[in-house]
Amino acid sequence: MSVLAEARILKQEEVAPGCHRMLLQAPEAAGRAAPGQFMHVRCGSSADPLLRRPLSVHDVDRGKGTLTLLYRAAGRGTALLAGLGPGAGISLMGPLGRGFSLPAGAGLRVALAAGGIGVAPLYFLLKELVSRDFFVYVLVGAQTAEDLLCGDDFKLLGSRTSFATDDGSCGHKGPVTDLLESLLASGGVDLVYACGPPPMLKRVAGLLTGTGVPGEISLERHMGCGVGACLSCVCKVRSGAYRRVCADGPVFPVEEVVWE
Amino acid sequence: MSKESKNGTPAGSGKNGRGDKNPVLAVDIGGIFMKNPVTVASGTFGFGPEYAPYVDLNRLGAVVVKGITLRPRPGNLPPRIVETPAGMLNAIGLQNPGVDHLVTEILPYFKQFDVPVIVNIAGETVEEYASLAGKLDRVAGIAGLEVNISCPNVKKGGMQFGSDPLTAAEVVRAVRAATGLPLVVKLSPNVTSITAVAAGVAEAGADALSLINTILGMAIDVKRRRPVLGTVTGGLSGPAVRPVAVRMVWQVYKEVKLPIVGMGGIMSAADALEFILAGAAAVAVGTANFVNPRATMDVLEGIEAYLVENGVRDINKLVGAAHG
Ligand SMILES: Cc1cc2nc3c(=O)[nH]c(=O)nc-3n(C[C@H](O)[C@H](O)[C@H](O)COP(=O)(O)OP(=O)(O)OC[C@H]3O[C@@H](n4cnc5c(N)ncnc54)[C@H](O)[C@@H]3O)c2cc1C
Ligand SMILES: Cc1cc2nc3c(=O)[nH]c(=O)nc-3n(C[C@H](O)[C@H](O)[C@H](O)COP(=O)(O)O)c2cc1C
Ligand code: FES
Repeated sequence: MSVLAEARILKQEEVAPGCHRMLLQAPEAAGRAAPGQFMHVRCGSSADPLLRRPLSVHDVDRGKGTLTLLYRAAGRGTALLAGLGPGAGISLMGPLGRGFSLPAGAGLRVALAAGGIGVAPLYFLLKELVSRDFFVYVLVGAQTAEDLLCGDDFKLLGSRTSFATDDGSCGHKGPVTDLLESLLASGGVDLVYACGPPPMLKRVAGLLTGTGVPGEISLERHMGCGVGACLSCVCKVRSGAYRRVCADGPVFPVEEVVWE
Repeated sequence: MSKESKNGTPAGSGKNGRGDKNPVLAVDIGGIFMKNPVTVASGTFGFGPEYAPYVDLNRLGAVVVKGITLRPRPGNLPPRIVETPAGMLNAIGLQNPGVDHLVTEILPYFKQFDVPVIVNIAGETVEEYASLAGKLDRVAGIAGLEVNISCPNVKKGGMQFGSDPLTAAEVVRAVRAATGLPLVVKLSPNVTSITAVAAGVAEAGADALSLINTILGMAIDVKRRRPVLGTVTGGLSGPAVRPVAVRMVWQVYKEVKLPIVGMGGIMSAADALEFILAGAAAVAVGTANFVNPRATMDVLEGIEAYLVENGVRDINKLVGAAHG
């Protein structure tokens, strides 16, 4: 169950241009969070900007009671967060939403595909998968080498990590979905998880269609409440109905999502 | 009990700035008895369970559920929300599972609580409002109906009904004929004279009024050179609308003798007290729930503290007090 709490910032650093990692003392949320869930974060205490910002749980340390967010300073709210230093307190709601479903079977080969800041929820997922002895391929994409996030962290966890950049400054030149395409063609993948910008996720959906390989993707929508009450954040699913990204997602089976 | 009252001095006389520790908070909104004046604004609190992790629903004066229509509505094409200075625009389009689902799947949830449930209803025609009210008339667990004649986000009905005193009265008369439940009529701020509409619906049989619904607005994405919202326009809510809402409560209180549920940008107890002093007998917390899921409790506790500090024994004594 979600909690509302004031969390203290223990550490904050810029890990790539415009991307920040914030370590928070948030024992209750850290204890409850599952990979793919998000925190609804207040960016200050003023009425402007008014709404909370949804940010994925990037990592937790249950022993220490800490929770990490990894975010891009994309606009006013996240810029305010980026300006906060150790000791400052922020209001957190969460963990919220339905995260990734973790496979039951043993020995599965899993691919994680991250585009840009989409690595944020996948790192937590990878830790969970590795602890359950799955074989994991991690595919990380970004615009340039210096924008690549968490590459070393992924390698440290013992996964097979490959990179793709738009300008070819690191790894494959082209979208990260090219890497997924080759991997799928080799027949070596039983399950795919992806997070990234909409065009990337749409491509992932296209690649998986007809392969029989199941996949889950994490979606982004502008949110009000974050708890399923306001119906602001909907996405259309196969049945034609609107589902709430905050409460029915943010993670959906890839074939459920209708691309409009 | 305070020391003063034990000694025979009336509690809450306020002589030394300290009143009864347990001031009267109960209010009667046209036959809906609320243990305190704090409720929630329809559409901002879901159907109730969504906020149960944060708020003990038993402590609310009432729960007002998301607007319900005769048949399920899918709602508008996204994007449905955009943040604006100290506020937000929404264009949800009354997405809801329909009245039958409400009765069989949602209302039973409230059996475990001791809180009045107010059902917010909306229709595309006068007949639809009446049949909704008729369907809900004898359903157990409903304390009253809030008649939404002011939704700016639906193509048919909605705000149209609330913008003309005669049509507004026609809807209320039809609903009145269909049910004996207390009727709170929710007014639109998107009118030339809110007092004219208020007087019209009072005449037609409303038991109470709630105001304001959202203010029609829009935002344009300057990069794409297109309106941000899928529906072009949306309803503005949040602190940005508060002065408009307080003004309207003030005006309606002066002209119409019905209890008022005041809302529009209430974030704190001080904001809520503005509405009460302007003439609202109860207040509804809306957009603030998104920002602070415990906003209702903060408002309630703050009002209680204000009464104690100022030696006011009964919240009802503050209603409209700013009129002098
Ligand atoms: C479930 C979920 C998880 C997310 N996880 C992360 C994460 O781990 N790291 C990260 O960097 N970003 C994440 N995002 C995106 C992040 O929420 C937005 O970048 C952020 O809200 C932008 O706020 P802003 O004030 O900086 O930008 P502004 O553009 O000034 O924001 C204006 C409004 O638009 C909303 N908004 C703008 N962009 C987005 C977006 N992409 N998604 C949702 N709302 C948006 C804001 O919340 C705000 O209400 C996630 C989004 C969702 C829905
Ligand atoms: C997301 C959202 C959905 C709403 N849905 C409804 C609704 O279904 N019926 C209704 O009468 N009012 C609806 N409203 C209006 C609110 O109940 C309230 O009148 C308005 O938001 C002003 O209060 P606030 O500024 O405190 O939010 C909605 C408002 C918001 C923000
Ligand atoms: S953000 Fe309110 S329902 Fe999803």
